Amino acid sequence: MPQYALELCDLSRHFQLKNGVFSAPTTLKAVDGVSLRIPPGETLGLVGESGCGKSTLAKMILGLLSPTDGSVLVNDQVISNGNRFALAKQLQPIFQDPYSSLNPRKTIRQIISLPLQLHKVGDKRSQQASVKQMSDLVGLPERLLDQYPGQLSGGQRQRVAIARALILKPSILVCDEPTSALDVSVQAQILNLLMDLKQELGLTYLFISHNLGVVEHLVDRVAVMYRGKLVEQGTREDIFRNAQHPYTQALLSSVLTPEPSLGLPELLDDSAWANAS
Amino acid sequence: MSQTLSNSTSSSPVSALSGPEASGLPVVPEWRRALNKFLGHRGLFIGSVILGFIVLAAIFAPWLAPHDPYVQNISQRMIPPIWHEKGTWEHILGTDKLGRDYLSRLLYGARISLTIGLTAALISGVIGTTLGVLAGYFGGRTDAVISYIITTRLALPVLLVALAMAALVGGSLEMVIILLGLLLWDRFAVVARSTTQQLRDAEFIASAKVLGASTSYILIRELLPNILSALIVVITLEMAHAILLEATLSFLGLGVQPPLPSWGLMVSEGKAYMFFQPWVIAIPGITLMILVLAINLVGDGLRDMNAPEGRN
Ligand SMILES: Nc1ncnc2c1ncn2[C@@H]1O[C@H](COP(=O)(O)OP(=O)(O)OP(=O)(O)O)[C@@H](O)[C@H]1O
Ligand SMILES: [Mg+2]
Repeated sequence: MPQYALELCDLSRHFQLKNGVFSAPTTLKAVDGVSLRIPPGETLGLVGESGCGKSTLAKMILGLLSPTDGSVLVNDQVISNGNRFALAKQLQPIFQDPYSSLNPRKTIRQIISLPLQLHKVGDKRSQQASVKQMSDLVGLPERLLDQYPGQLSGGQRQRVAIARALILKPSILVCDEPTSALDVSVQAQILNLLMDLKQELGLTYLFISHNLGVVEHLVDRVAVMYRGKLVEQGTREDIFRNAQHPYTQALLSSVLTPEPSLGLPELLDDSAWANAS
Repeated sequence: MSQTLSNSTSSSPVSALSGPEASGLPVVPEWRRALNKFLGHRGLFIGSVILGFIVLAAIFAPWLAPHDPYVQNISQRMIPPIWHEKGTWEHILGTDKLGRDYLSRLLYGARISLTIGLTAALISGVIGTTLGVLAGYFGGRTDAVISYIITTRLALPVLLVALAMAALVGGSLEMVIILLGLLLWDRFAVVARSTTQQLRDAEFIASAKVLGASTSYILIRELLPNILSALIVVITLEMAHAILLEATLSFLGLGVQPPLPSWGLMVSEGKAYMFFQPWVIAIPGITLMILVLAINLVGDGLRDMNAPEGRN
């Protein structure tokens, strides 16, 4: 058993923003020195306002974006370009938008079995068997397997995405707002499914959300991010009952704006604030 | 009524999970919807029928043609077509100045036009798609270099370059195909580049990357099928373009060389007679026009079919 399923050491990502031909580029610190540790089997919720760098962090963990500084360790192994391929078996993503996360020109069966093909797991027959098994596990009717993503509902698509993420039997899932593109009623179904799968398969989750209501029901610990930095982390009780950092308090009491100069914020999601307060 | 009720109450766990589609409504298969759309689109239907006829005529030219298109017969020169009072059933569309059967030449000419249109469009399709996909996917410096190449190509007048090259190298069927293939890729590149740019950040591409798929797998198996429908429309446009350019080059004597029965060449050979025997240029000219029109109708129709519902 590794000590930490996921460990981020001083992870940073800066973007050079070109403002115009003549002005000097400015640096945007989208993620700035984030350190985080998730022991195996834990669910960590990463919360923060829109634009605070949550997705940028997730992309670095997934290897879609190279860090400006710092490193990512998966099951105590430092990620490098050399072991990316092997690590795909340990760490998989679930993306926000189930309408863009499935290739519209492939059947559901092809989509779910792609990881097995790329990683040459088993032969055709056993691959088909695991596709079937996995679609049962995520509650996807078998007759949908030969349809195209366009014929499925948002919730069904997200189930497909979950099946694809799990078919290589990874131990860690990085979920970047996995339900925010879904209907409220479907959200609950998908969240319940994710929790059931966690129980059943002993998964570790990094669960990214700006919806505190979602996070409160799912996670063991919460990390709060503000403008690229982690400002507070602690157990769910700590954060929701006894927040220390003013930003967290503000997040919880709904008076919040990511850019202090922008004025009053818009409410992100009424239910989030209702649950949080 | 009772059936729907009992359906929803006694639902198994699976159908409870599967949600709204468990309503028992018949599902219209994808191909039926596509077929309805196809038949409902008049332009596409007419275009495909005409194009289908021309393709069949080209394929079966050796069986359909009443005469050998190359055999000259000085005693049978300039026989008018059948609808003319001097026409004969022997030569339905008449004969040319060397006494060759016009219908046979027309049928064999369809082979030349279609071969040139298809192969030139495919060559330029491969060139343009490759350039466009690379530029759109990698962006940055790759995009800058390829965009520069595209701009350079767009700055060249196709006909002028084709004429100059043909004059330099000399005309022949192969030469025309290669020349047009090397010239007509710009629209493919532009379309492939912009559609790729729209898709390169899609989450299904990101997912394939996380799974460790190679760049070539991502480009060919994940991305390409999604931009293909846009490219097929371009193929039809460039086919029509290539066919017209071939006719132009051949008309000017720089394309396909006699005695091959290219339609452009037939117009050119007939131009001395056009005042007294106008059919010698009207027949190949009109056929050419119909072919290009049919291809364009098909292209327009395919574009409409690919558009999302309700947008025409
Ligand atoms: N490729 C990029 N180039 C420049 N800036 C970027 C780039 N990607 C992200 N950013 C900036 O980095 C910041 C963080 O973006 P990120 O997508 O990580 O936010 P987020 O926390 O996921 O927000 P949301 O909750 O809306 O998804 C934003 O200000 C964004 O504009
Ligand atoms: Mg985000």
